[in-house]
Amino acid sequence: MSANNNRRSFLTASATMAAGAGFIAIAPGISLIEVSHARPAGEAASKANRWGMLIDSNKCTAGCDACVKACSTENRINEQVADPRQRSQWIRKIDIKDKASGRQHSLPMMCQHCAEPPCVDVCPTGASMKRADGIVLVDRHICIGCRYCMMACPYKARSFVHQPLTEQNPEVPRGIGCVESCTLCVHRVDKGQLPACVEACTEGAMLFGDLADPNSEISRRIAQEATTQVRADLKLNPGVRYQGI
Amino acid sequence: MSRAFAFVATLLLAWPMMQSAHAGGVPKPSILIESPGTQCVAPPAEIRRNHMEMLKHQRNLTLREGVRGGKVSLNGCIECHASKKTGSVIGSNDNFCQSCHAYAAVKLDCWDCHQPKTGKAMPTSAAEAKP
Repeated sequence: MSANNNRRSFLTASATMAAGAGFIAIAPGISLIEVSHARPAGEAASKANRWGMLIDSNKCTAGCDACVKACSTENRINEQVADPRQRSQWIRKIDIKDKASGRQHSLPMMCQHCAEPPCVDVCPTGASMKRADGIVLVDRHICIGCRYCMMACPYKARSFVHQPLTEQNPEVPRGIGCVESCTLCVHRVDKGQLPACVEACTEGAMLFGDLADPNSEISRRIAQEATTQVRADLKLNPGVRYQGI
Repeated sequence: MSRAFAFVATLLLAWPMMQSAHAGGVPKPSILIESPGTQCVAPPAEIRRNHMEMLKHQRNLTLREGVRGGKVSLNGCIECHASKKTGSVIGSNDNFCQSCHAYAAVKLDCWDCHQPKTGKAMPTSAAEAKP
């Protein structure tokens, strides 16, 4: 058994323990309830969950790109491209300024994992899809690379791979001729881990959790605090919510 | 009757040629089992015939429905069958997947997206390598 497998079985075991105990205490008074979401082997993603994110732009620092770096490392989006416009971008930092007041914010923007995803509506092959637990993915096995979904996405969240790739993460297949976007680190979420960007955010600006569970931290905060959906007018019900914008 | 006779005669005449053609044909692939004594997820005959269907079935379950930890897994194949030398299942006709697929002239699309090397054989990225 490889070192990798040992690590995997350890993670699975700890996630199972967490599921049994209901929480992991990381310090007195602080527990990681959100960690206990690993599914047992053989179990499909469930409609009972809806994974989402709450991003507090008040805590997000302009110039910090820890989330973007973590995403590139985890998903190995580090290939050399001839034209910088063709670079795959699963998450990007945006700096915005209110011209009237001069107030500036910074925030990460990525696939919003809509409940009503336009990318899924327009896909001619069914490759663009939403999993039962709300994660929007591209089934590369049947993606024909037509890029309709890139046109349909109001968040500019999708990229197209123009060249052959060789250094993929074994858990994150990606390659030439297919459209891709943030997977909400589905390979990590299924093991009970946090998405790489959330884990990397030192400012605590990103919160990952289950929007369908009224007792999760993300649901409680959305119920109690003012949050914003980007382009709420489109009624897409995104799984990624923002604060302070 | 005469047609049947002609057929048998042709077969008899052609037999030595068929034999020599076979002898000079493409050599059978040499399949190296890297971890002898280990048990595959199904008997070899079934794997040989049905591995593509097994993987296709599992890929739909895993990607579209989110079922993890299934019996069949492409990464599982790689972990066991990757060459001990290169850590990969492709790259040369001695390596597991490529050996048969080169012989059967069946193009492999899996590796356009999937990583043909084991996790161990993958280089760590610059960010990971830093302490």
